[in-house]
Amino acid sequence: MSQGKIIKVSGPLVVADGLSDANMADVVRVGEQRLIGEILNMTGDRASIQVYEETSGLGPGARVETTGAPLSVELGPGIIENIYDGIQRPLEEIVRMTGPNLQRGVEVPALSREKKWAYTPVAKVGDRVIGGDVLGTVPETEVVLHKIMVPNGISGVVEWTIEAGDYIVDEVVAKVKTDKGEVVPLTMVQKWPVRVGRPYKKKHNPVAPLQSGQRIIDTMFPIAKGGTAAVPGPFGSGKTVVQHQLAKWSDVDIVVYVGCGERGNEMTDVLREFPELVDPRTGESLMKRTVLIANTSDMPVAAREASVYTGITIAEYFRDMGYAVAVIADSTSRWAEALREMSGRLEEMPGEEGYPAYLASRLAQFYERAGVVQCMGSEDRTGSLTAVGAVSPPGGDLSEPVSQGTMRIVKVFWSLDASLAYRRHFPAINWLNSYSLYLDTMKPWFDEHFGPAFMQNRNKAMSILQEENELNEIVQLVGKDSLSAGDQLTLETAKMVREDFLQQNAFMDVDSYSSHDRQMRLLALILDYDKLAREALTKGAAVQPMFEIPAKEKIGRAKFVEADQYQAAYAEIASEMEREIAAIVEKAGADV
Amino acid sequence: MMKEYRTIYEVSGPLMVVEQVEGVTYDELAEIELPDGSIRRCKVLEVNGDKAVVQLFESSAGINLKDSKIRFLGHPLQLAVSGDMLGRVFNGMGQPIDGGPDILPEKYLDINGLPMNPAARDYPNEFIQTGVSTIDGLNTLVRGQKLPIFSGSGLPHAQLAAQIARQAKVLGGESNFAVVFAAIGITFEESEYFVNEFKRTGAIDRTVLFTNLANDPAVERISTPRMALTAAEYLAFEKDMHVLVILTDITNYAEALREVSAARKEVPGRRGYPGYLYTDLATMYERAGRKLGLEGSITMIPILTMPEDDKTHPIPDLTGYITEGQIILSRDLYRKGILPPVDVLPSLSRLKDKGIGVGKTREDHASTMNQLFAAYASGKEAKELMTILGEAALSPTDLLYAKFADEFEKRYVSQGQEENRDIEETLNLGWELLKILPRSELKRIKQDMIDKYLPKED
Repeated sequence: MSQGKIIKVSGPLVVADGLSDANMADVVRVGEQRLIGEILNMTGDRASIQVYEETSGLGPGARVETTGAPLSVELGPGIIENIYDGIQRPLEEIVRMTGPNLQRGVEVPALSREKKWAYTPVAKVGDRVIGGDVLGTVPETEVVLHKIMVPNGISGVVEWTIEAGDYIVDEVVAKVKTDKGEVVPLTMVQKWPVRVGRPYKKKHNPVAPLQSGQRIIDTMFPIAKGGTAAVPGPFGSGKTVVQHQLAKWSDVDIVVYVGCGERGNEMTDVLREFPELVDPRTGESLMKRTVLIANTSDMPVAAREASVYTGITIAEYFRDMGYAVAVIADSTSRWAEALREMSGRLEEMPGEEGYPAYLASRLAQFYERAGVVQCMGSEDRTGSLTAVGAVSPPGGDLSEPVSQGTMRIVKVFWSLDASLAYRRHFPAINWLNSYSLYLDTMKPWFDEHFGPAFMQNRNKAMSILQEENELNEIVQLVGKDSLSAGDQLTLETAKMVREDFLQQNAFMDVDSYSSHDRQMRLLALILDYDKLAREALTKGAAVQPMFEIPAKEKIGRAKFVEADQYQAAYAEIASEMEREIAAIVEKAGADV
Repeated sequence: MMKEYRTIYEVSGPLMVVEQVEGVTYDELAEIELPDGSIRRCKVLEVNGDKAVVQLFESSAGINLKDSKIRFLGHPLQLAVSGDMLGRVFNGMGQPIDGGPDILPEKYLDINGLPMNPAARDYPNEFIQTGVSTIDGLNTLVRGQKLPIFSGSGLPHAQLAAQIARQAKVLGGESNFAVVFAAIGITFEESEYFVNEFKRTGAIDRTVLFTNLANDPAVERISTPRMALTAAEYLAFEKDMHVLVILTDITNYAEALREVSAARKEVPGRRGYPGYLYTDLATMYERAGRKLGLEGSITMIPILTMPEDDKTHPIPDLTGYITEGQIILSRDLYRKGILPPVDVLPSLSRLKDKGIGVGKTREDHASTMNQLFAAYASGKEAKELMTILGEAALSPTDLLYAKFADEFEKRYVSQGQEENRDIEETLNLGWELLKILPRSELKRIKQDMIDKYLPKED
């Protein structure tokens, strides 16, 4: 392989010459410590390289070697439950090798070469296979059946397969004779360059919702499986908690959580907490379906840029097996900053706020890798990849380039609001600014599975909140008392929707996850109260006594009822409410 | 024999260009010898062929292009560390300035440290009782956390930091603690205030001070906090101590960074600060924490003064994105005579949920905390409405909320500099205040907790 020499070092950017036969985007090894880098630019035989590790101690004259291959990830059994850095080095393995701090130049394979997996062949000798067909399966964890697929671009007839048994990932498990007569040995591992999206047969429109157990998300601003969403918000507004909640409770098969330039303790939190949490759908630990990519803010900045690609490539691989996958990236703003830093060192002409001119197109490329697809292979499999990215706008100002670039692409926007967070209204998703563009496409699905009442109630609740906003402006001018009884009721109902429905405590076991049925019943309860009270008003009842009925306070506590008792409890509150309101109406009638 | 160069080509502000160098590496430390024999230190920012751009840690005044010599030392800037550092005072470059003997180093450590492997971190969850209600009750500090104080010029942030340093303790355990204090570009008086505080409480023997005062060279400020953190890491992870690091004032640090960036003619980010300010700050703040299997910990309280009290200024903004919460001081409360003037609503401790509850503080902590926050927010809203429309426009419940907000500020937030409230006192005080509100408003607390803790009507 071709060898070059360093001529310039400036932070994570290294320029080397003598690399005429290297390719653009090749991975290179830099210096004595063989630090990992990637070629960004070529001029003649001179290459600009971004180095994924700290470059302290590098100087002109040091050796640079190209590996001749672009930055790739290893795909195979062993990915789930692992925690990787931005270029897929297993962090727990590195702790064992070098201790609690990250040393440089560590070389560890992404997948363990010692661990044996229980492999069961699926494809038989004589079968005709194409890229994406399943060769065999490995139960990677209790909940993930890892399908070993024929790598893309290979097709032919299976000539030999290994017997069922325990093997390491490098073991040849099948041999395929291609049409050219070449025999290709296949192992459980394949490689894929991270900056290239994995192919699929066809993309579909997302129609089914991703259920996250978060009331404001599932009911008000739902995201589709295969959709894209952004969570922007200033610091302290609860972005990370929203992201963690999604990672915990989303009804997907695999979650890839990318901690990109964020706090170390947040990754530790996920790493320590997830194994303890039980997935309500499988009854197994949540970690058994989770992959973590951690490139925290103190880790080298160039690897931060790669981390979102590493994450989404892994996600695509599981999507290709026909699974529903979610990628959660926290935060895309840090990724954009890494891009800006490299761009600055390359002395490129800056665009807005110093970000490179290609920022928006890079963001679009990332989110466009999400979707519902018909997977490769002769079998008919459908997989989905949902992408959710946090955005950390400086000063909470959404007019900055990363927020703007993201808003143009994503279909769901959960806007976090600092003033809600100060009031401890969590999740602090602002119901007036947020939106979901999937409501129309998912309506048939909702109508079929939850009944038409779901969308009706959702729209009703939204219009009450909208009305509250308008009424509040009047209240600010003339006070609450001058409002009509009906308007006062609207304000009260809106308050109930906000406090008793939208607020959800992520740290309280019973409230952290709310099933869809429970969400529907709770909202119906609040809207029933509104309906009954409104009817009572027409019958001459006063509005104030209705605010004081005990059933209303019980609605306020309804979200804390244990998960196995809520149906009975809600039914009881409903009948109590009817009785109490009827009593008020009766009394009003008697007074007249 | 180390090579010496007399090829300094250019000096401009804190930067120098040296030509015809060989074997120089990035981030390497170098020494400049002036014609009068005095020595200044600098580090390599960029090497391009035979040209090196170096950044001075000290003033460039007096450097003569012709007669000054420069030596490259082959290693990055290091700090000599040893257990004897406790009780000593150093300048911003880690040299003792208290007239005492030199430190006999146990080892030399690179001041940049190494990033901590997130898989090797231990999650901070040990409650630290600071004796300040607004922190213990509402924005709980835990061991290994980084919780900055966002202040403004003229606000008593130094007093609050000193109070925390003085009163902080972990319940039910004596421990091996130390304080590392870095004065970054602050005045002599401010620095003396801390020194006297440490002396008054006897903590000085367990304190390591690094001082770069306002009249010391600004570029030195870039290494001062890193010196302090290197000492802290050594004490925490090699000497098993629980270290509280106080860095004041980060605003001065960021300005020094901006100065160097401007001298390098880099493309500026917001307000002229370099685009890598976030990453740069993160490499300092993220050095706080705990490590799996190790006894010690680093808890960090950086102090920064927000220019114009503006929280969206890049320094507080980026800090808030990295640190695990923030304590914000309010000028309004300070004017009302409330001490410490902690602005409760925008303040936050992200790690509080892991440090409170049964076995740590008390079972009712989490829910009363949420209730107090919500009630205070509603009370402030009611008060705003009252100023526009008058008292008559408020409903009876809103009036109670307004009363609650006033009482809360007077009794809960305000406690003065000397009062040390234990967590039981703080929690009970919270209940005492919640009594002002009707029981039906306490929606965030479970019924059985209310029955157990809400003081009964007399």
